[in-house]
Amino acid sequence: MSTENLPGLPEEPVARRGMFGVKDTGDTSGYGRLVVRRPPKPSSVRPYGSYFDEVADALEPAVGDAIERVVVDRGEVTFHVSRERLAEVLRHLRDDPALRFELSLGVSGVHYPDETGSELHAVYHLCSITHNRRVRVEAACPDADPHVPSTVSVYPTHDWHERETYDFFGIVFDGHPALTRIEMPDDWEGHPQRKDYPLGGIPVEYRGAEVPAPDNRRSYS
Amino acid sequence: MSATETEGRIYDVAGQDWDELVQNVTDSAEERLVVNMGPQHPSTHGVLRLVLTLDGETVTEARTVIGYLHTGIEKNMEFRTWTQGVTFVTRMDYLAPIFNETAYCMAVERLLGITDRVPERAQAIRVMMMELNRISSHLVAIATYGLELGATTPMLFGFRERELVLDLFEYITGLRMNMAYVRPGGVSVDLPAGAVDKIGEFLKIMPGRIKEMRKLLDANPVYTRRTKDVAYLDLTGCMALGITGPMLRAAGLPWDLRKSQPYLGYETYEFDVPTQNTCDVYGRYLVRVAEMEESLKIIEQALDRLSGPLKGGPVMIEDKKIGWPAQLALGPDGLGNSPDHIAHIMGSSMEALIHHFKLVTEGFRVPAGQAYASVESPRGELGAHVVSDGGTRPYRVHFRDPSFTNLQALPATCEGGMIADVISAVASIDPVMGGVDR
Repeated sequence: MSTENLPGLPEEPVARRGMFGVKDTGDTSGYGRLVVRRPPKPSSVRPYGSYFDEVADALEPAVGDAIERVVVDRGEVTFHVSRERLAEVLRHLRDDPALRFELSLGVSGVHYPDETGSELHAVYHLCSITHNRRVRVEAACPDADPHVPSTVSVYPTHDWHERETYDFFGIVFDGHPALTRIEMPDDWEGHPQRKDYPLGGIPVEYRGAEVPAPDNRRSYS
Repeated sequence: MSATETEGRIYDVAGQDWDELVQNVTDSAEERLVVNMGPQHPSTHGVLRLVLTLDGETVTEARTVIGYLHTGIEKNMEFRTWTQGVTFVTRMDYLAPIFNETAYCMAVERLLGITDRVPERAQAIRVMMMELNRISSHLVAIATYGLELGATTPMLFGFRERELVLDLFEYITGLRMNMAYVRPGGVSVDLPAGAVDKIGEFLKIMPGRIKEMRKLLDANPVYTRRTKDVAYLDLTGCMALGITGPMLRAAGLPWDLRKSQPYLGYETYEFDVPTQNTCDVYGRYLVRVAEMEESLKIIEQALDRLSGPLKGGPVMIEDKKIGWPAQLALGPDGLGNSPDHIAHIMGSSMEALIHHFKLVTEGFRVPAGQAYASVESPRGELGAHVVSDGGTRPYRVHFRDPSFTNLQALPATCEGGMIADVISAVASIDPVMGGVDR
């Protein structure tokens, strides 16, 4: 098959090949050759709109080089920062009079197994009571080196939140005063919210039919 | 290093000869006592465990142990559709189910980009249900305050009044708790006939009942002595520890998301944000009672709109690709799809049947991205951080539950105080372990 007339293929890594489980000669539909690539990482350019530009202006002189990219999506702004400078960025966000994000709403973890080199994300939601604004700060670390500096010294409320994220995702927050499991038992193995951790469950019989466990049911995505 | 080396001689109380133990302890100069409180202690609000180090009756160290009610709701949701997620989140903070549902649905709606297309009637119903829920939740908070400080009447009053609200919930949604009533795009079912009258009756009864509660507690010397200047936490402490809700407002800051960052049209309702500046348990009680009175005002306004300009409007988004295909109706075998809808999909329209089947089994797709939506729950800012990968299931849902964060303040409020005050400190934080552990 000539590829001359086809549009240039995107560089992004492959997310999925094929569909409906058809392969080889049995595939009369052609779906078996389907290649789905992951969308490129979003990144916004100025002007961001709303108050986001003012926040970025106040951040850039001091810690601009720590910000890897900015994403403005659905009326929310996300600053992706390098993990080495995370504590510095948060301290600046808290202390700068133009920013004053006094209230942190804690840490949330997300596991993206496909993002090679930055699988684990720690997501911080901050709120400024002075200016009535919100921002999101995201720091990523690779699965092979799951370390993010602790920010308990900046926001003491992160104490339990970092323990929870460690418990569920295995992100080690360096410098946390006592990083132990918080929800799971102390001797638990594995970090349950990671995508490679199975949900578990058993099939249930209902009126003669067997309903499979939730993680073995048909998935449409 | 063994514990004996670091801590000195340790005496365990574990079923041995008491006389011998008492003799040994009497000989020792040490007075430090470590007491384990909970997880099955009636005053710890569910399965909360406190490890208290006592010097006489003074608490020198308080450590909180949680996790006894962890059920993996957030993980489970990653294996269900977006709509089924509502059934899970409603079980988190089980005293404020409508708030969990609303926060989650608002986040999903933001991801879908349909926030502005949720019908006004659905928004007004959500507001009304949330305020009813706020009253029922605060009533439990105050009822348990009373019980834990040794008074049974506030407990009986509180639960009696809460029953009125739960009866309303049962009438409107079919369930007293964990209703899964709020859905992405609206609410699952419109108010049934007679609901407006029933809520109107409730609005007539409730102010008197709150007044009764105030008469019983506001100036009660026993109550005030147990609550005034107890579990002090000032504004600086609240900010550092991320405390929100009545605890923050009892420290003097009028921070209420309904006013500061309005959602669901809260800016169109008239109400005040009660504050106190005593930073103590009594202040938090006063804030909660005043908030119930404000909630009544909001319910009244919402009810006026629902029975007036918004009467007969839709309660689910018009978009057929998102909105649940059927309205629920009460049949002889309980709540289910309406007979008209069943007749339509089974009798006259194959396409409607396919559509119903696809939407119910497969669910709708949500564009990839992340969103954070928050509401002012009875305990503070309840936030839902929802991530989608573009599929029919949530990729990650994280709830920022105010109980979880507020409970961190326990050592700050208890250490240095009397052991009896630990009980009122826990009660004033009003943690719901379902929300803490999720």
